[in-house]
Amino acid sequence: MYDMKALYQAKSVADAVALRLAHPDAQIIAGGSDVLVQMREGKRAGAELISIQTLDELRGVSMEEDGTLRIGSLTSFSHITRDPLIQKYINVLGEAVDQVGGPQIRNIGTIGGNTCNGVTSADSASTLHAYDAIVELTGPEGVRRQPIGEFYIRAGKVDIRAGELQTAILIPKESYENCYGHYIKYAMRSAMDIATLGTSVNVRLSADKKTVERARVAFGVAGPVPLRAHHAEQLAAGQPVSLDLAERFARAVKEDINPRDSWRAAKDFRLHIAVESAKRAFIESVKLAGGDL
Amino acid sequence: MSKSVGRSVPRVDAREKAAGRARYTDDLCGQEALVVKICHSTIAHGYVKSIDTAAAEAVPGVVKVLTCFDVPDRPFPTAGHPWSTDPSHQDVADRLLLNRHVRYYGDEVAAVIAQDEVAAAQGVRALKVEYEVLPFVLDVQKAMADGAPQLHEKYQNNILGHSDVRRGDYEAARQEPGLIKVEGWYDTPTVQHCHIENHGCFAYEEAGRMVVVSSTQIPHIVRRVVGQALGMPWGKVRIIKPYIGGGFGNKQDALYEPLCAWCSTQVGGRLVKLECSREETFVSNRVRHAIRTHIISYVRPDGTLVARKFESFSNQGAYASHGHGVNAKGMNAFPQLYPCPNVECDCWTVYTNRPAAGAMRGYGIPQAMFAGESHIDDICKAIGMPPLEFRRRNLMPVGYVDGFSKNELYHDTFNQCMDKGIAAIDYIKKFEAYRDQTGPVRRGVGLAVFWYNTAVWPISLESSSCRMVLNQDGSLQFQTGETEIGQGCDTAYSQMVADAVGIPLEDVHVVSTQDTDVTPFGTGAYASRQTYIGGFSIMQTAQALRERILNIAHEQTRMPVSNLDLVDGQIVRKSDGRVLKSLGDLATESLYSLEHSQHITAETTAQIKSNAYSFGCSFAEVEVDIPMCKVKLLRMVNVHDCGRLINPALAEAQVHGGMSMAIGYGLSEELKFDERTGKPLNNNLLDYKLSTFMDHPALEAAFVENPEPTSPYGTKALGEPPACSGAPAIRNAILNATGVAIDCCPITPHVLYRKFKEAGLIEE
Amino acid sequence: MEKHEIQYQTVHFNLNGKDVEKTVDVRASLTDMLRNDYHTLSVKKGCEVGECGACNVLIDGETFNSCIYLAVWAEGKRVRTLEGLMGPDGELSDIQQAFIDEAAIQCGFCTPGFIMSAVELLESGREYTDEEIRKHLSGHLCRCTGYENILRAVKKTMYKRLGREMPKD
Repeated sequence: MYDMKALYQAKSVADAVALRLAHPDAQIIAGGSDVLVQMREGKRAGAELISIQTLDELRGVSMEEDGTLRIGSLTSFSHITRDPLIQKYINVLGEAVDQVGGPQIRNIGTIGGNTCNGVTSADSASTLHAYDAIVELTGPEGVRRQPIGEFYIRAGKVDIRAGELQTAILIPKESYENCYGHYIKYAMRSAMDIATLGTSVNVRLSADKKTVERARVAFGVAGPVPLRAHHAEQLAAGQPVSLDLAERFARAVKEDINPRDSWRAAKDFRLHIAVESAKRAFIESVKLAGGDL
Repeated sequence: MSKSVGRSVPRVDAREKAAGRARYTDDLCGQEALVVKICHSTIAHGYVKSIDTAAAEAVPGVVKVLTCFDVPDRPFPTAGHPWSTDPSHQDVADRLLLNRHVRYYGDEVAAVIAQDEVAAAQGVRALKVEYEVLPFVLDVQKAMADGAPQLHEKYQNNILGHSDVRRGDYEAARQEPGLIKVEGWYDTPTVQHCHIENHGCFAYEEAGRMVVVSSTQIPHIVRRVVGQALGMPWGKVRIIKPYIGGGFGNKQDALYEPLCAWCSTQVGGRLVKLECSREETFVSNRVRHAIRTHIISYVRPDGTLVARKFESFSNQGAYASHGHGVNAKGMNAFPQLYPCPNVECDCWTVYTNRPAAGAMRGYGIPQAMFAGESHIDDICKAIGMPPLEFRRRNLMPVGYVDGFSKNELYHDTFNQCMDKGIAAIDYIKKFEAYRDQTGPVRRGVGLAVFWYNTAVWPISLESSSCRMVLNQDGSLQFQTGETEIGQGCDTAYSQMVADAVGIPLEDVHVVSTQDTDVTPFGTGAYASRQTYIGGFSIMQTAQALRERILNIAHEQTRMPVSNLDLVDGQIVRKSDGRVLKSLGDLATESLYSLEHSQHITAETTAQIKSNAYSFGCSFAEVEVDIPMCKVKLLRMVNVHDCGRLINPALAEAQVHGGMSMAIGYGLSEELKFDERTGKPLNNNLLDYKLSTFMDHPALEAAFVENPEPTSPYGTKALGEPPACSGAPAIRNAILNATGVAIDCCPITPHVLYRKFKEAGLIEE
Repeated sequence: MEKHEIQYQTVHFNLNGKDVEKTVDVRASLTDMLRNDYHTLSVKKGCEVGECGACNVLIDGETFNSCIYLAVWAEGKRVRTLEGLMGPDGELSDIQQAFIDEAAIQCGFCTPGFIMSAVELLESGREYTDEEIRKHLSGHLCRCTGYENILRAVKKTMYKRLGREMPKD
């Protein structure tokens, strides 16, 4: 039994917005794999909850007219992984969220919850950053769209305003078209773990597969929030595909990342793993894109 | 006569468990139970100055708040050891039900009894505890230093125990010219048992007595400890043990049964339940002792051990629990496993401000084997001798007898076990092939052996009682004091009973639920003693029962006892093999006889004054990704000589489980503490890295079956041995792969990063 | 402390093939409801935070840790527990029997959760590699078996259901 003060169950997105306004101190609960755990720990004990769990309108992946991929915020990780649109256009995201916890967690955990809790270790977050995802928020004023990089304010804090809830994650066509990516979750065991470091790389190669047109790399747990390594991206853009480029690209990520020392891992260790992971993810991405190195 | 023993019959409780009908402690508790939640200290060391209970008492649903100022000042011991009537051999009594002097982060300071778990938790959060904070110490050697914070008044420098072994003259022997000195320090971590069923219990009074239903390995011992803690005659305490969801030694301690029982007495004997959360299980139950070991070996270039020194420092944590026995067992293995004429061994067990360490699968041997077997490979590296050759040359020889226990190595067990492992993993070829690799990803194979001995004689009492009750249909119930906790002893016992009495296995019914009111005395599940020790009382009781049966058969058939036998549930005339009557007919006639009605039962106690070595080895093959600082275990093979196998399939399954525990010990598991506060950092199943399904290769178990001559069934320890040698085998495989000698476990990426950097294998 | 108003809600759902309804405290987890109100005691509590898998049940065909699933969310769902696998006369299902035959059960506390994950895999009608089986069952912790015989039990049942011979290792 959970120590909750009250449970408000939203019947629609509009209802959820109304409940948010009526109960400003209430916490939104989607899948529950974070909120209920915190409630049991005592951190959120006695809180009011607004459950959006049953809002099926927020589930599923679709493509909008302009080619934007739309992922409903309540889409579970396992459904993202199995979704044909995800597999076709942004398979790396499906692979990344297929490494969250274990199967039961992937069935209950949602991409909305994964991003709204604002933690740097979220397995979806680095790939969403690496693909310039847009966060859709619905509030009393209507819909607001925000680049994911700006959505994260600081560790554990995202930009959700009074009355709002996150309703979708959008991936613009320009962002995924002809891009191939690879995610490396570095963790202490092969399942049921949180990332010590998450590295997501994607590249777009020239038509002849000889040149990197664009490379993007984002990390989780390399700073208080997920972040991009722009120096490395700029270094690789327009460069011929080679193993040497992979090495230089990887070393350049150190310009942007800032992992911290914690009991989970030391800073120097995370830096080392970040460079090695960036190299391997870059090589794998190039191979997926048809490049040869 | 062996029809059941030696067969892989299914577990006797498998159907209930597969159907979800097996009832564990919490499944049996009435829903009217009041719920107890404990308030744990949020400092590592100090005194509770005051507890303001007003807000907690005002929480709706809270029935009673009890604090460390309310408990009787009656220290009690908790270890699951047999009691000793000799006060000098009794366990250290350093526990109170709740503590004013708190000695670790998580110590019990108060308990809230409420109508439901939410109210109880709210009550705990509403308590205002004021502490006088004292300095604390987490490190075992710092705790021994002069001026270190003192945990228990009676124990100077926090030393709970010290013991030593001296053989020959170490100082003189090491002066021999030309010796190679090999020295190492080896650290093992604090780990937890992680049985999937947390410890829990519930208690109530009935007819002026205290009844406690508990997830325990040791019902008869818990009965005694509850009596001691509550100042209650032992006969007024009744402990019931239903199905248990694993124990591994943690539940070989009186955990919260005394507190739960006392809480019941404080609410008029009402039903109260105390269930540990997983977080509490990690910190406020028991853990495995972290032991730091220092070994120096002086070796001739030909691999002869000339002089050896061993020192081990065992981190006891805040309370004595099993105390010094764990480290002493590890130390005693050292001079036996690789006999050397000149040896100096010392071991210390030291209180620190960590969770109390108790028994855990292997009881000091996994620690001692990690240190000892890592050190053997370090010697081999130093003198340039293959680890296999060194072991063949120096391991305990056949015919070795330990002077204290009188244990004897009767067979060439080590070589037989190693030969099987070598063949399974192709060790010799791979060891050579993997020696001088380059490149970022390398492979290695490693070997480690282990020493283990069964049961606790002659250190403590070994006694087992068994009762058999014959039914009208010729089937029987039997009970022993040894405890089924998931390991399978009820099944092994049933097989033993069937053969010893002479009835089919399906006619043997084990009473799995233990109840100290009716279960014959036995000390429970520990020390891998069940099949060995239980075998004696089963054989003896079966003989007594057979004698009664054959005497009654004589009355009923007029044949002399000497011409009668009981075979497969039939009374047989030996001279011609004719079946005279079925055991069922005999039992029915006997019970309902108008002339001489008899209920056919037997009960005996066997005291066991022997013990048996149980040896074996592990082989591991790893792939090391140097830049990623990761080890992937590719293969693992364990080979055991536990005597004759009672049930090969269950034996194999038990070895798998031990190997899994050893893999976690070697690679990932460690309970961590904040150096600044003493607070546990990862006391949950997400942050504590128990191996998952994806962290294992296929586990391979093999056996060498040399019958143990001292056992009526030729059997000996298997419960704990599988957890003893896996970690050093992995460590030695990493050494083979990379040339890097790791000095601690678990060998996590963090450790590898540091060591690979030191070795120049990865760049700064 | 302010008096808490307990909120109740009636939950209608299908439990092991039978439509049921029960008025529950909204604070209850699905584990609480299944154990306390329906006595489906195969649903075990090992951590209550979704890390061990002992409380795993199938909801509309997918596996969920019922400890971190609110009871009221079960409204309109089809919930299956181990109790629902038995045949009409209490006979064990093939996967339960395989756990017995392969010595995949020791203390038995994790067993019901594992079996329910295995059921999801088996009912998909697909063939899985060893690695895929391991991954599919990786949300369950077991301390007794080293997972080895659980793998065997699931694999053996999978091939039996597929009507194919189990490949030799």
